[in-house]
Amino acid sequence: MSKAGAPDKLVVNGKRLDGRKFDEMRELTIKTDVIPNADGSAQVDLGGTRAVAAVYGPREVLPRHLAEADKAYLRVVYSMASFSTPDRARPGPSRRSVEISKVIKDALAPAIFLERYPKTSIDVYVEIINANAGTRTAAIIAATVALADAGIEMRDLVSSIAAGKADGELLLDLFEPEDNFGEADMPFAMMPRTKEITLLQMDGELTKEEIATLIQMNMKACEKIYEAQKKALKEKFETEKDLASQETEGEVKNENH
Amino acid sequence: MEKLHVNDRDIVVPGEQLADGIEYLPAGKAFRDGEKIFACTIGIVSVKGRVVKVIPLAGRYMPKRGDVVIGKVTNIGHSGWTLDVNSPYAADMNIGEATTEYIDLAKTEMSRYFDIGDYVLAEVIAISEAKFIKISAKHKPYRRLKGGNIIQVSPTKIPRIIGKQGSMIRLLKDTSGCDVVVGQNGLVWIKGTADKEALVANAIKIIEKESHKKGLTDRIKQILEGGAK
Repeated sequence: MSKAGAPDKLVVNGKRLDGRKFDEMRELTIKTDVIPNADGSAQVDLGGTRAVAAVYGPREVLPRHLAEADKAYLRVVYSMASFSTPDRARPGPSRRSVEISKVIKDALAPAIFLERYPKTSIDVYVEIINANAGTRTAAIIAATVALADAGIEMRDLVSSIAAGKADGELLLDLFEPEDNFGEADMPFAMMPRTKEITLLQMDGELTKEEIATLIQMNMKACEKIYEAQKKALKEKFETEKDLASQETEGEVKNENH
Repeated sequence: MEKLHVNDRDIVVPGEQLADGIEYLPAGKAFRDGEKIFACTIGIVSVKGRVVKVIPLAGRYMPKRGDVVIGKVTNIGHSGWTLDVNSPYAADMNIGEATTEYIDLAKTEMSRYFDIGDYVLAEVIAISEAKFIKISAKHKPYRRLKGGNIIQVSPTKIPRIIGKQGSMIRLLKDTSGCDVVVGQNGLVWIKGTADKEALVANAIKIIEKESHKKGLTDRIKQILEGGAK
């Protein structure tokens, strides 16, 4: 810990700097329907990190040559708002944001029935409004809820969280100082239904055993996130239930004369 | 082991397990993975005997054979028209599917039948593997929708606008005196006097937004009659 501005200790008396336990996540809030013009949208707050995702599609692919004959083209654009960090972030795509867009796309793609929407594109835009570590995982949580909100057919939702190591301790869901001055960080995403891992990255130094422990921590946390994602989606549509019980559906064909 | 994990009319999200065992059959937006059945979109469960169905609550319109849709002509080709049917795929209408009359291309302009920008009520007659959509406006109720106004609603809300055995749409038509045509693709055509058209459009927007509330029919009746005074 030699970097400038580093706190002396990241773990004090078995507690982290923000008072959390080692395996405790930051507060997670998920809201759907935040962007009226999108087909589906969601906002995720994970502690101080806020991600807003908007999904458009399936729609016509532009530019046309990107269209694939047997499946949908999934486009993910991750970007950070210029005011999302303490120092102004230069707007527009960067090496980092292009990479993160790519890993988010790969994390989401296995969950979507892309083959059911040939020759179309599904566009996912994720904007980081405020960054406080874990932006790619918050982006995945938001994007998957937005995709479900848009009514796109999926095998499962994708849940995502990061775990890491700071001050020699294994910690779940690192926040800013732990991320900046800690020893390792491991972003993770999975489809909880089948427990298939769709994103696993690691930055820093860990032993084999530590990696195994961190994956276990991440998996356990993803189950919780999964429940929160389901709840957020169901809340929006809960009101539809009353009507469905009234059987008020009609056939289009008979009524158009 | 045959087991149902949900009740009729439950709201489910993608990946949620609906049933266990090969005795159950998935329908609508449900899919089978091994011995289990899961939902693939957000929707309402409907269980009828062995059939477990998920009725979607969100999503774009995807054409199905036999659907009645309202399309907008976007292009006139050599032997047919291209229409936008509010789906990711454009629809083609061949010249032979436009009318039962013989069209002599040497003497007649195709735009006399359907011009660019016209709205057409048509039926989806075929969908190819490559998602080329063919539609037809040859027979009875299908036609060019002259004048009037088009509004767009969510395709998942179309059954609510029609109502049980057409009760809601009948109410809209009878109380306003407007001609109302609904397409399965989420477009609604309204024709009447300008103020009545606005009234019906407003009522339909309310049906779309508040379709879950009790006493919707009475509310719509009030709106339509209130405007008549």
